[in-house]
Amino acid sequence: MTNLVEISDLNFGYNDRLVLKGINLTVPKGSLVAIMGLSGCGKTTLLRLIGGQLRAREGSVEVAGYRLNHISQHDLYVLRRRLGMLFQFGALFTDLSVYDNVAFQMREHTDLPESLIRDLTLMKLNAVGLRGVHSLMPSELSGGMARRVALARATALDPELILYDEPFAGLDPISLGVIGQLIRRLNDALGATSVLVTHDVQESLKIVDYVYFVSEGVIVAQGTPDEIRASATPFVHQFVWGEVDGPLPFHYPAQAMQNDLGLRGG
Amino acid sequence: MPLERTLRGVRLIGDRTLRIVERVGATVAFLGLILAQSGPSFRRFGLVIREIFYAGVQSLIIILVSGLFVGMVLGLQGHETLQNYGSEQSVGVLVALSLVRELGPVVSALLFASRAGSAITAEIGLMKATEQLSAMEMMAVSPIARVVAPRFWGGVFSMPLLAMLFSAMGIIGGFLVAVVIIGVDDGAFWSQMQAAVDFRHDIVNGIIKSVVFGVAVSAIATFEGYEAPPTAEGVSGATTRTVVSSSLAILALDLVMTAFMLKGWN
Repeated sequence: MTNLVEISDLNFGYNDRLVLKGINLTVPKGSLVAIMGLSGCGKTTLLRLIGGQLRAREGSVEVAGYRLNHISQHDLYVLRRRLGMLFQFGALFTDLSVYDNVAFQMREHTDLPESLIRDLTLMKLNAVGLRGVHSLMPSELSGGMARRVALARATALDPELILYDEPFAGLDPISLGVIGQLIRRLNDALGATSVLVTHDVQESLKIVDYVYFVSEGVIVAQGTPDEIRASATPFVHQFVWGEVDGPLPFHYPAQAMQNDLGLRGG
Repeated sequence: MPLERTLRGVRLIGDRTLRIVERVGATVAFLGLILAQSGPSFRRFGLVIREIFYAGVQSLIIILVSGLFVGMVLGLQGHETLQNYGSEQSVGVLVALSLVRELGPVVSALLFASRAGSAITAEIGLMKATEQLSAMEMMAVSPIARVVAPRFWGGVFSMPLLAMLFSAMGIIGGFLVAVVIIGVDDGAFWSQMQAAVDFRHDIVNGIIKSVVFGVAVSAIATFEGYEAPPTAEGVSGATTRTVVSSSLAILALDLVMTAFMLKGWN
């Protein structure tokens, strides 16, 4: 199986602060891969590097044969026509209706007649169960519905690679299950490849093929969902089973309590 | 010690000046970017028409009402001053020249910056904060071409029309006060105005000014929105900066253009 995404020896940082260190990661075609880790561990940065929103300092990021380190704007836009991305809170265009949001890319990138765009848009909305809301504005949707519409928009041109940035954040349990199932189903139905950045362990382990665990900018563990569940790595164990204490302590490092409270030691 | 304080003061002034020059340079560079990516705005002129509606048509009430009041005040003040010299019949000339040369373009541009400029900045800033611009980038659609350029041209086309309407309403206001209320001769009001107002030197120069103000306000408003930090505080700061910078730019450009126009551009 060939890889659609290949990252090797990647280092990336903001100013002097290194956020990702020595990352090596591959995403085979047709698979659904999750990148997991705590908030601020660098997983969204990694997704932005795959989407070409950020450029690597050292190492290489290759997507669909394009090396993104020094890619031109033109080539990046050519590549992005083959990508779809679901943003954390949907990022629907608030001045366009649900229908126009989903039809947006078809109108921008194709010369399809409006009648065909209409059929395709309604089919995309039907795939996420929301054909009935096509005339509503994004402000009239619930969080879960907005996420599903954004998913329909992200898959509007049948992308080869779909990137998901925290697709489960802030959803109720039912919407969470629906979005999870849609991600898996759309990946398989479209023959696409997906990269999912999340910290929702239980939901994502149900749907993904492979998991990379990132902590403090390095990949600390990787494997299939079963291997991750059975992992003996202390950090992974704490993360998967939601334990309060472990390698990641409950208390953030600080000076001694009596110093902060202005008490003198006896 | 006093020397050190003086040096610190000089350094602060230098620092501020450099930052202002840098900001002006960045705005001009952004204007170049907009012009380079304006093709789609003219190919799909509906996008610009939509912005003319939001920036221009929706500013009509404030422009027309303000124009009426300004004209009325000019009629009152003009009559009061001119009657000391026995030339109150020339009040129409004073009202018309003040409006078409200066007050029409300048006051309508100041009102436009507060009403439409701030709205453009807030809208683009909020689109950035909610990742709508990033989503567009990920769909291989340039936000400059699709979001910024139509708003810029909408502002540029609206501004001279609003300035002309402002001046027309002002003349009606001056007429109401001077002729209808005070009793200046109707024929003298219009005939003296017709004889004194020159199409090329007064009306066309006024239109040139309003086009330049339209470019300045629209460039500042879109730049501030596009560069706004993606937070609530960032967007509110950008909106304030749009109104302040636009107002200063309008007054400074007016001084320069008036100097050239009175000299006949040579």
